[in-house]
Amino acid sequence: MVTRIFKKLYLYLVFLFLYAPIIVLVIYSFNDSKSRGHWGGFTLKWYAALFQDREIAQAVYHTVLIAIISSVVATVIGTAAAIGIQNMKKIKRTIILNLSYLPVLNPDIVTGVSLMILFIFMKTFTGVGLGFTTMLLSHITFNIPYVILSVLPKLKQLDRNLYEAALDLGAKPGYALRKVIIPEIMPGIVTGFLLAFTLSIDDFVISFFTTGSGVSNLSIYIYSMARRGINPKINALSTIMFVLVLILLIIVNLRLSKDKENTKDLKVNSSLRRRGELNGKSY
Amino acid sequence: MQQEPIIRLVNVSKDYNGTEALKSINLYIRKNEFLTLLGPSGCGKTTTLRIIGGFEQPTEGEVYFEGKNITNLPPYKRNINTVFQKYALFPNMDVEGNIAFGLLVKKVDKKIIKRKVAEMLELVNLKGFEKRSIDSLSGGQQQRVAIARALINEPEVLLLDEPLGALDLKLRKDMQVELKKIQQYLGITFVYVTHDQEEALSMSDTIVVMKDGEIQQIGTPEMIYNEPKNAFVADFIGESNIIPGRMVRDRVVNFSDRDFECVDTGFAENEMVDVVVRPEDVKIVKREEGMLEGEVESVTFKGVHYEMMVRTKGYRWMVQSTLMEPVGAKVGLKILPHDIHIMKRAVSE
Repeated sequence: MVTRIFKKLYLYLVFLFLYAPIIVLVIYSFNDSKSRGHWGGFTLKWYAALFQDREIAQAVYHTVLIAIISSVVATVIGTAAAIGIQNMKKIKRTIILNLSYLPVLNPDIVTGVSLMILFIFMKTFTGVGLGFTTMLLSHITFNIPYVILSVLPKLKQLDRNLYEAALDLGAKPGYALRKVIIPEIMPGIVTGFLLAFTLSIDDFVISFFTTGSGVSNLSIYIYSMARRGINPKINALSTIMFVLVLILLIIVNLRLSKDKENTKDLKVNSSLRRRGELNGKSY
Repeated sequence: MQQEPIIRLVNVSKDYNGTEALKSINLYIRKNEFLTLLGPSGCGKTTTLRIIGGFEQPTEGEVYFEGKNITNLPPYKRNINTVFQKYALFPNMDVEGNIAFGLLVKKVDKKIIKRKVAEMLELVNLKGFEKRSIDSLSGGQQQRVAIARALINEPEVLLLDEPLGALDLKLRKDMQVELKKIQQYLGITFVYVTHDQEEALSMSDTIVVMKDGEIQQIGTPEMIYNEPKNAFVADFIGESNIIPGRMVRDRVVNFSDRDFECVDTGFAENEMVDVVVRPEDVKIVKREEGMLEGEVESVTFKGVHYEMMVRTKGYRWMVQSTLMEPVGAKVGLKILPHDIHIMKRAVSE
C-alpha cells in the first residue's frame, strides 16, 4: 500500500519537474503584470500584442514557409533515396544507410557550423549570402535522413515481386512506381513529411548559424527578444509554439505506433528519441 | 516436330557473384505445350523462369521468342505473363483493379475492360468478386486472381513459379486439374516451375529435370518416369532402388552377386553402371522362388499400398505391394527383365 503511494508520488514528481517550466510559461502568458514576480490577473493582451507585431508576423511567415518547402522537398528527395537504397546490394546498402543516418546523430551545432562555413565558402561561386535560401537549404539537408528512415521500413515490408508483377503486366518502371509502390509506402511518406515539418519548425541551432541578417524564424526571434530583456510576449509566443509542436508530435507518434503494429522496425522512433536527447528535449 | 519453338534458350548461363546458378542451358519450348521445370531448390529452375520473364539478364547466352532475340528486352515489352509464387497481388487495389491492371496500362476502353474482367473471373470461378479486397480472399482465391490477372493480357506464354506451393494438399489437387483445363481451353504455352514431382508428372506435356544449374533430362512424363537418364532423375522422380552393378554383356547385368536378365544394350563389357528398379516393380514371392533372399525390416501403410523395406545381402530394397508381409518374414524378391533400368554411372559421383 505504502509502496504503491510512493510509486505514484515518484511518477508525479518526475512529471512535475519535466513540465513545471512549461506550465509556468503557459500560466504567465496570461499574466496581466509585466513583472514576472507576481500574478496581476488574467489577460490575453500579450497574445493580442503578438498578432500586431510585424516582426513576429515576419518570423512566423519564415518559419512556416521554410517548414513547408523544406519538408516537401525533403520528402521527395528522401523517398527517392529510400527506394534507391532499398534496391542496392547488401553491403552498399549498409554503407549508404549509415552515411545517411550519421547526420541524425551529429550534434546540431556541428551541422549548423559546418553548413555555415560551406555556405560562406560557396558564396564566392554562387553569390548567395546567408539568408532565407541558405536556411531553407540547411533545413532540407537535415530533414532528408528522417524521411529516409520513415520510408525504408515500409519498403522492406513490400513483397519484392510487386514491382516485378507490375512490369510483367506491361507497366513501365515509372508507372509501376506511381501506381503500385508509392501507394503501398504512402503511410511512411506521410510520417516522414510530418516529422520533417515538425523538426523544421522546432529547429533553432542550425537555423541560427545558417541564416543572415534580417531573416529569422520564430525560435531565432524569441532568442533575440530574450536577449533584449524578457517581454511577456515571449511567453505567449512560446506557448503557441509549444502547443503547435505538441500537436504535430502527437500525430507523428500516433502514426508511428500504428505502424509498429505491422512492423517491428523501431529505427525512426529511436533515432527521434536520440535526437531529442542531444537537443536536451524529451519527445 | 518441325514447328518453330516459341521460346528458345541458347547456352544460357547465370552467375550470381561467383556462384553459377545456370550452366549453359539449352532448351526450347514448343507452342501450346505445358512444360515443367522440375528440380530440388537451388537447381536453377526459378532463375530459368526469371530469365524467360525478363526479370534477370543471363550472364551469357541468348533468349529467343518466336525466333527474335529478346535477351535484353525488359519484362513490360514481352508478351509473356507471370504468376508469382506468393501471387504478388497489389494490396491497394481490389480484385477488379488487380485483374484490370494490364489492360489499364494499355489504355483499353473501360467498357471492354469491365467485360473482360467479368470473363476472367468466370474462367477462374470467382464470379462476382470484383469489389472484394485482396486481404479478404483466401489463399486459393488469391491464387485464382493472380492467374486471371496474368491471363487477361492474352499472353502467348504464361510463366508459373510454384503457384500451388502455398495451398493445402486438397486444394492443390483441385487447382492442378483446373490449371490443366485452363491451359487446354486457352491453348496457351505454360512454363511451370515446381519441386513436386507428382505435380510435374500429372500436369506436364514435357518435363525438364534440373540439378545444380544443369538440365538432367528432357522428356514426356512417361519417358522421364520409365526411362530416367541417370540415377539422380530416377531418384528424384518417384522412389527408386539404385544399386551399383556391372554389365556382363548386352542384356545381362550383375548386381547383388548375381546375374540378371535385362533389356539394355550398348554398354561396354564389364562397365560399371547404376541399376534402377522402381519399388512397385519388385515382386515379393516365396523365399525359394525369388531371385534374391531377404528379410522384411519394416512395413509402412501408405493407403493404396504397403511400403516394405527388405534387407538382402548388401542392399535394403524398397518394395511397394498391395499385400503385406509381416516384419521379420523371410521372403524372396523377383525382378522382371524389363523392370531393370541400366544407367551410366554419373562421373562426378
